[in-house]
Formats: sequence, C-alpha cells, structure tokens
Amino acid sequence: MAQIVIKNLRKEFGAFTAVQSSSFTIESGEFFMLLGPSGCGKTTTLRMIAGLELPTAGEIYINGIEVSQKPASKRDIAFVFQMFALYPHMNVRKNISYPLVSQGMPRDQVRAKVEEVAEILGITGLLDKPVGGLSGGDRQRVALGRAVVRDPACFLMDEPLGALDAEFREHMAQELRALHDRMHATTVYVTHDQLEAMQMGDKIVVMNHGVVEQFGRPQDIYDWPATTFVAKFIGSPAMNLLPFDGMVGNGATSVTLAGTEVHIPRMISGDDGGLVLGVRPEHVHLDDDAGYRGRIMAVEYLGTTQIVTLDTALGQVKVRVGSDKVATVGDTVGLRFDARSISLFAANGHALISTANQKVLNHG
Amino acid sequence: MSYSITEPSSRQKWFAGILVIGYALLTLLPLAWIIATGFKTPTDAIAYPPKVVFSPSLEGYVNLFTSRSRVTPEDLAALGPPTTWYDAIVRQYDMVINGPSRYGERFMNSVIIGFGSTFLSVFLGTIAAYAFSRFKVPLKDDLLFFILSTRMMPPIAVAIPIFLMYRQLGLSDTHLGMILLYTAVNLSLSVWLLKGFIDEIPIEYEEAALIDGYTRFQAFYKVVLPQAATGIASTAIFCLIFSWNEYAFAVLLTSGTAQTAPPFIPTIIGSGGKDWPAVAAGATLFLLPIMIFTILLRKHLLRGITFGAVRK
Repeated sequence: MAQIVIKNLRKEFGAFTAVQSSSFTIESGEFFMLLGPSGCGKTTTLRMIAGLELPTAGEIYINGIEVSQKPASKRDIAFVFQMFALYPHMNVRKNISYPLVSQGMPRDQVRAKVEEVAEILGITGLLDKPVGGLSGGDRQRVALGRAVVRDPACFLMDEPLGALDAEFREHMAQELRALHDRMHATTVYVTHDQLEAMQMGDKIVVMNHGVVEQFGRPQDIYDWPATTFVAKFIGSPAMNLLPFDGMVGNGATSVTLAGTEVHIPRMISGDDGGLVLGVRPEHVHLDDDAGYRGRIMAVEYLGTTQIVTLDTALGQVKVRVGSDKVATVGDTVGLRFDARSISLFAANGHALISTANQKVLNHG
Repeated sequence: MSYSITEPSSRQKWFAGILVIGYALLTLLPLAWIIATGFKTPTDAIAYPPKVVFSPSLEGYVNLFTSRSRVTPEDLAALGPPTTWYDAIVRQYDMVINGPSRYGERFMNSVIIGFGSTFLSVFLGTIAAYAFSRFKVPLKDDLLFFILSTRMMPPIAVAIPIFLMYRQLGLSDTHLGMILLYTAVNLSLSVWLLKGFIDEIPIEYEEAALIDGYTRFQAFYKVVLPQAATGIASTAIFCLIFSWNEYAFAVLLTSGTAQTAPPFIPTIIGSGGKDWPAVAAGATLFLLPIMIFTILLRKHLLRGITFGAVRK
C-alpha cells in the first residue's frame, strides 16, 4: 500500500526529451494505467518510478518519501517486465525465492512464502520445473509470483500482457485485476492498449510525446477528453472530430455546422477560428429529419451493433447503431448529435470548458 | 528467394554422412600418425614403407621422460640385471638412465602459462566486455576499434621490441612475463567475443535483479555470469589454444625456467639420434590437456543455456 506522487518529472536522453514535466498522484491501492502510443514516455516514467532510470529533474514520492535518486532496491517496489525476465538458469521456485533470498530471509520462511504465492497463482505444480519450458501464461504467472512474494509497497508493470497471445491476454487481464483486488497494493501499469487500460484501470494517465494529456477515471476520459489526441486515442472507433470555422462564446448552447445548427452543452469558455466538434459514434443517431446530412460509405457489422461510416460536409462520421437498423451504402441520411455529450476543441487541440466537462477537466 | 524445408532423402543423408566421416578421417590422420609413432620403436618409426601394423613399444615415452647415457657392455654387465621395466628397455641400447628429463618441468610450465594467461584474458575480457556492453563509455567505438586493431598485426612483428623490453624489465624467461604476453595478445579477441555474448543477454535480467534487491555487482555475477557461461567457455578455449600452442615467442623469450613444451619438444630430436617416437610421445601428451578441456566444456559449446527463457 503506497501513495505515489509524481511532481514535475522530466527525463532527457541527450537532446531528446522523453518526459516533459509530468505531475500526477497515484492513490494508495489504485490500479493505475499509464497509457499512450509507443515513444510517448510512459515506460520511461515507469522506469523512473522503479529506479531503473534517474530523472533529469522532478520528484517522486513513495509514501511521502522522496526516492527519485535512490537505487531500485531501496524503493520497496516490484517490477514485472514485458519479456518476463525470469532468470533462465534457475527453476521456478528459485526465481520466485530470489527477492526473498536477497533480503536474507530464513530458508524455511522463504519456502513457506513461495508456496503460499504459488498457491494463489495456481502454479504449485510448476515450482520445480525449469522456466525454459513454460508457456507464455505460466511464465507471466511466475513473473507475477516473483513480484508478489515480497509484499512490496507497489507493483510496476511494463506491458505485462504484451507478449501473450490475444486469446490468453483477456484471461490474464482478469487474473491480474483479481490479484490486485486481493492484495490491495498500488499498481502502476504501462500499456499502449486503450481497451486494456479502460478494462483494468481505476485511473488512467494518457501520455503523448512526453506530455501528460489527461489524467482521470476511465469513464471521464472516455466521455470528456481533454484534447483531440485523447479523443482520437481512446475508444474504438475513435471519437468523431469535425473541424469547422466558427465562434463560440461563454454561454453559447449551439454551433453552426455547414449551415446546420447543432446544440452543444452550455459553454463556460469560448474561442473562435478553427474549432473542432467531437462526438462519440454512439452519440450520433441516424435521423431522416435532421438537418446535417451525410452519405453512407460503409457498414461494418459487429454483432449487436454496427458501425456506419458517413461522408459529410465536414468529413467522415462514424455512427454506432443497433444491428436491427437498416443502413444501405449509398443512401443519404440525416445525423442527429446527442447534445449532452458533445465536446468542443479549440484550434490548439484543447477542449473548451462547458457545463458538461467542467468537473472532469478542472480537477485533472 | 523462396525455398521449402523438406526432410532430406535417405540418399542425401548417406552422402552427407560419408562427406562428414571422410573429412573427419582426413583431419584425424595426422593425429593418428603422431599417436601411433609414439608407440613405435625408432626403427619402426622410420621404416619404409611406413608400418601400419607394428608391435607397440613404450620406448618413446621412456626416452621422453628420461635422460640417458651410453655405457660399455662391460659396465652394463657389471650393473647386474635391470630392476625396472624401463631400465630393461633402455639397456637394450647399451644405455642407462641418469635421471628424469626436463619434459615434465616444461609441460608444467605450459600448464601454468597456458591456463594462467587464459584465466587472466577471460577474467579481464569479461569485465571489459560487460562495461562496453552495458555502460556509457566515452569514445566507446574508438576504444573498441583500438582493442581490435592490436590484432591486425602479427604479434611476432613486435618480437624484437618485446625481447628488449622484457630483458630490461627482467621478465625474460619468467612465468609472469609469458602470462602477461599471452594475455595481451588474447585480450582483444576475448573482449570482442565476450562483448558479443553479453550483448545477447537481455538487460532486463539485471534490472530484475536490481529491483529484487541486489547490487549491480551481485547482479553481474549471479545473473549475467551464468548466462554468459557459453561465451566464456568458448572464449577460454580459443585463448588456451593460442597460448598453449604458441611457439615463436616461447623460443625467443624462454630458455630455462619458464620454457614451455612447444620449444622443448624439438630439442629432443637433437639429443642422440633422431628419436621420432620420443618426439611423437611428447606431442601426444601435449595434445591431451586441450582435448580434455574442450571435452569438459563441450556442453557449453554446443548449446546456449539461455535458450527459450526470454520471449523475443
């Protein structure tokens, strides 16, 4: 159990800045996701928390103690690597015992502890096997065992499911989340998979180019993205982004899209020039009476829902509708946007504050 | 390019088998010749046509390990009957054994110098290779090239400067001098070979060990060293083969206390007739340590123990 506070953390590799002044707080017991595309600085951030990289500037507090310049072994953390990094010359039992042996724990205690952990992870039968012959999932369990066995203040995981097959990944994700709920230890988890982040995380930090784009609960980030990057990165299909020229002022409740008035949440801030309207595919409805129109380009059937892609005056819009709706390629239909869930972004990509997203964006 | 993987046909297997066996026989023939000559009598050794079938004799080995002198038949008769089997062999030629030859000492010199320099080359090489592989070393590429460049000239090219230097430093004909010399020659090979092996070991192992509460040095010898065993073993064999067989510097720099076996063996020829069986016996025994060393380490040479532990 540990609270981790990151303050103005920065890391440069020569001329390249991997992380630019990140700040966020990970509450004790949280399952915390560091999410972003490759090269966004998420792994570097994790490695700085772990002590495998030293920050160029900034502070890291684990349970109130500043650790940014301390060696990894002095931080009471456990790290799970994407490639597992099991010691290949040792069997499963030795791998799991290794962190305890380094603490000088008596042998019988180590044995008992390792067996207890193996029991939790369901790998008791593998304890005396060499790690070379294990399946991906079992290796991952052993790697988790090596992390869990120490009862560390927090777990740091670098894409631990990245090396697993797709079908097995889902299963391991559930196992991991269940393990977390059982241990109540703070977990920091790096992933580039937004679905994984939403599925498992209590909180998510979305990073891009070394910058924290948004920080918050998965629902908040999904519903009220702080930037167009987050809007595009989260959700599958991503949020529809329609660029338009116009002006919104404080208190505005509608914008004009290609000559059609579209209702939006009441604005608290304003901007003019190149704006972007963002709306999730499930918040667009096909409505023959609506003024904003588009031609159906493609229909993807997904079981209970289907994704309809339309060509409109301001660009492509993807709409999620029930599979029972009839959508024929080539037809022209009207699009009605759900006014309560629309986001507006300024030209610089940052969301404009409205009564709908103010709570989410002001605290993050 | 397209190709398909198919099980070789039995005719292909036969052909490959014959090729391999044929090549093995060809390379083993000189070895067999030397071993056989060691067990021939001097007469059989120079017989023409060469004798493939002969009655084995230990004369070569007796001559190798003893120094002998000729006596008159009367003196020989006065000595009484020979007391040991090797006395009996020597007396057929009107000779008596004065004492042991220097072969044992020279062989021991070879062992001390060969294994000593191998240990030192591999030890220093591993540490240097680890540093080059893992740390930011200023001018790393230049340093590595410099190390490699010491291999570009034949070592014997600097024989005279080294000879003069060693005389000044009092290193001529000493074990230490020879160990240092062979280490210097082998070190570049060892650094380069080992760097390749250590580069292959994922850095995550050490990071895992660092997080598990070990210091960097502990991570090095508990995690990296066992992983690098394959590389260390093969590097050690290469270094040992060089320093074990080295002849030119040994002739130049050693004559007595630190003389190794390679310059000593030819001197057997000169002492009393062309004693080919003794030379062959000396060469046979000299082959053994490398053979044993290689056989002991063959497990490491054949397969890497890291196989399959990290998913790539």
